[in-house]
Amino acid sequence: MNSYLIRNVSVLGAAPTDLLLRDGVVAEAGPGLSAPDASVVDADGLVALPGLVDLHTHLREPGREDAETVETGSRAAALGGYTAVCAMANTSPVADTAGVVEQVWRLGREAGLVDVQPIGAVTVGLAGERLAELGAMADSAARVRIFSDDGHCVADPKLMRRALEYVKAFDGIIAQHAEEPRLTEGAQMHEGEVSTRLGLTGWPAVAEEAIIARDVLLAEHVGSRLHVCHVSTAGSVEVLRHAKARGVRVTAEVTPHHLLLTDSRAESYDPVFKVNPPLRTAADIAALRAALVDGVIDIVATDHAPHAVEDKECEWAYARPGMLGLETALSIALDVLGPEWDLIAERMSRTPARIAGLTEHGHDPAPGAPANLTLVDPAARRLIDPAESASRSRNTPYARMTLPGRIVATFLRGEATVLDGKAVK
Amino acid sequence: MIRHLLSGADLDAGTATEILDTAAEMAAVAGREVKKLPALRGRTVVNLFYEDSTRTRISFEAAAKRLSADVINFSAKGSSVAKGESLKDTALTLQAMGADAVVVRHSASGAPHRLADWVDGSVVNAGDGTHEHPTQALLDAYTMRSRLGRLAGLSVAVVGDVLHSRVARSNVLLLSTLGAKVTLVGPPTLIPVDIAAALAPGTAVCYDLDAVLPSVDVVMMLRVQRERMNDSYFPSAREYARRYGLDGARMRRLPEHAIVMHPGPMNRGMEITPEVADSPRSTIVEQVANGVSVRMAVLYLLLGGNNR
Repeated sequence: MNSYLIRNVSVLGAAPTDLLLRDGVVAEAGPGLSAPDASVVDADGLVALPGLVDLHTHLREPGREDAETVETGSRAAALGGYTAVCAMANTSPVADTAGVVEQVWRLGREAGLVDVQPIGAVTVGLAGERLAELGAMADSAARVRIFSDDGHCVADPKLMRRALEYVKAFDGIIAQHAEEPRLTEGAQMHEGEVSTRLGLTGWPAVAEEAIIARDVLLAEHVGSRLHVCHVSTAGSVEVLRHAKARGVRVTAEVTPHHLLLTDSRAESYDPVFKVNPPLRTAADIAALRAALVDGVIDIVATDHAPHAVEDKECEWAYARPGMLGLETALSIALDVLGPEWDLIAERMSRTPARIAGLTEHGHDPAPGAPANLTLVDPAARRLIDPAESASRSRNTPYARMTLPGRIVATFLRGEATVLDGKAVK
Repeated sequence: MIRHLLSGADLDAGTATEILDTAAEMAAVAGREVKKLPALRGRTVVNLFYEDSTRTRISFEAAAKRLSADVINFSAKGSSVAKGESLKDTALTLQAMGADAVVVRHSASGAPHRLADWVDGSVVNAGDGTHEHPTQALLDAYTMRSRLGRLAGLSVAVVGDVLHSRVARSNVLLLSTLGAKVTLVGPPTLIPVDIAAALAPGTAVCYDLDAVLPSVDVVMMLRVQRERMNDSYFPSAREYARRYGLDGARMRRLPEHAIVMHPGPMNRGMEITPEVADSPRSTIVEQVANGVSVRMAVLYLLLGGNNR
C-alpha cells in the first residue's frame, strides 16, 4: 500500500496542517509531519473534505453500457470528489434480484475507484405490482439497504406501505421517486408559464407534493424510514418541514441542478435540460436552497443520469430525462452555498453516508478515520466542456458555464483515485 | 427580415404588417390568368411533414410553386423517417441537398426550433405539437383585416381547447402584437391559468361564451380533438357543444358586423353548427384562400425575395 503525506491542507477550512495517510487510514494529523517513505502531495491552498457520498447515481450497467459503465461512472465520481456512490436499480435487467445487485457490486470493486453500493428495486421490474426479493438483496454480498424504483413512483399506497414495513427487518429504507403518475401523464417539463408558452405538457408540483405527503403519513403510521429522492418544489419542502416537526423518520435529497437551473432553460427546446422531476421556478430554487441550509433537506444527491447522444439529440418529447452530475456537484454546492465547508461535508458526505449505512464513509479527516477524503481547490474556476467529462455520456447541463472549485485529489481507503485533477486509472 | 418563422413572437408589428401587406400583393397575383411569379426561381423549398396535414401542405406547396420555387415534399410516410431516421439526420440530409427553406410540421412541440439549429436555410413552423402555428395566425390576421379593415382595437374571442391549440397560441401572440384585444373562452380545464402571463399580458379569459358574444368583432372557434373527449376535460361532447359550441342562436347575438372563423378541419355539430359554418359571417373558405397568399409572402420575405 502507498502512503501519502498531504502537506499544508486546510481540513474543512481550518488552519493548514499535514495529513499522513497510511494503511487505509489517516495515521497522523498535525503541522510539520515527516514520513520519508510517503509520496508528498502539496496541498497549499486546498481544502480537505471527507470523501463525498452520492445517494443517487445511475451507472447504467448492466444494459446501457453505451451510456455509462460502472467503471466510467466510478471514474467520474472520483473526479468529482466522491468515494462512494449508490447505484440506482433501473438497469436492464433491473436490479431486483440478488444476482444483479451482486454483479453491480462486484463491478464496482473491480473498478476500484469508489465504493459502489447497489440500490435494490422495490418492485419486480420496477413495475409497481409486487415486491422484489428485498431480503435476498439485503442478505447478498451487496448488502443492500436502500431500495428504490427510481424513475418510477411506487404509486400504489398499499404496496408502498408494505415495502416500508418489510424493510424494517434489516434496517432498510425506501427511497421514493415522488411522482403521482396520473397527474404526470405525458409530462415534459414543469407546469407553469413556460410550459404554457412552449406547448409542452406540464408536470405539476402537486404531483410530487401529494406523494410526499402520503408517504410521510405512511412512514409515520408504520414507524419506518423514508427517503425522498430529488425534492424539487417549495411545496414539498413545506410538507417535509411539517413531517420532520412531527418526528417522522424521513430524509430528503435535492439535486445540484434543482438548486441552480430554472424551467426557463426549456425555451431552447434542447433536451439536455429535460430531467425528471423537471427544472422548476426561481421561487422553488430559493426554497430548496433555504431548506438545504436549515436541514429540512438533508443531503445533496446528484441523480447523475448519463444518456447516449441519440437519446438527447432529438425532439424534446422524445428525449430521455436526466443530466450528468457527478463531476460538477461540488462546484454547484460551492456556487450555491459558498465555502461553508462544514455544511458541505454534512450535506454531501456525513449525512448521505449515515442514511446509506456506509460506516467507512463520511468521516472528517482525522487520526484513525478511514482515509476516504478529497482535496478541493476552492479558488479555481473552470469552464465546463462536455467533451472533457470522464462519463461515457455528454449530457451535462452546465456546458460553457464557468463554475467555482476543482477537485485536485481523491483518496479511497488511503489510495489515490485522483491526483493532480486526473484519475489515476 | 427574420431568418426563421418559428413563433408568433418572432414577429414585431412592423414585420407582421409587412407580411400582411405583401400577402395582399400576392393575392392580386391569384386573380390573374397566370398565377405565377418568378421571385424564387432556382430556390428549393422542402415541405417536411411528420404529421398528416394535407390542407397545410398543399397550401405551402401552392405558395412555393406560385413563386416558381422548386418544391420537394418529404413526408414521414414512405420515407426514411418511417424507418426511424432521427430529425437531426433528416436535417443534415436536407442541408446537403441545399434546401433554402424547410417548412416543417411535427407532432412534437419545439421540433422546428431544433431543426433551425441544424440547417442553414430558413425554417418555417407549419405547426408543432401543441405549441404554435404562426402562418395560421398570419392568415387569420389577414382575413380579419380584409373583412373588418383593421386589426388594432379589434375584439377577438378565441373559443375552445386553448390548452392544446397551436393556433390559439400563435393568434394570441400575433394579435396582441398588432393591437387586437383577445379573450380566451372555454372550460377551465382547457385554458391554462397562466396563459396571459405566458403569452401576452393583456389577454382576457372568460368561461362564459354567451357573456362575450355581444361585444366581439371576431369569434374564432377552435377544433376540439376527439382524444380530449375521453380524458375528463369535459363530461361529454354534447355538454361541450351546449356550453361552448357556436350555433345559430348564439351567432345572432353577435354584433351585426362580426365574423366567425375556424382554422379547420371542423367538427360540425360539435364546436360549430353547419348553419354557422355556412353562413355569410363565416370566413372559413376565405381563410383557406388567404393561406396561400400569406404563405407566399412569408416564403418570399424569408428567402430575401425583396432584395433581389
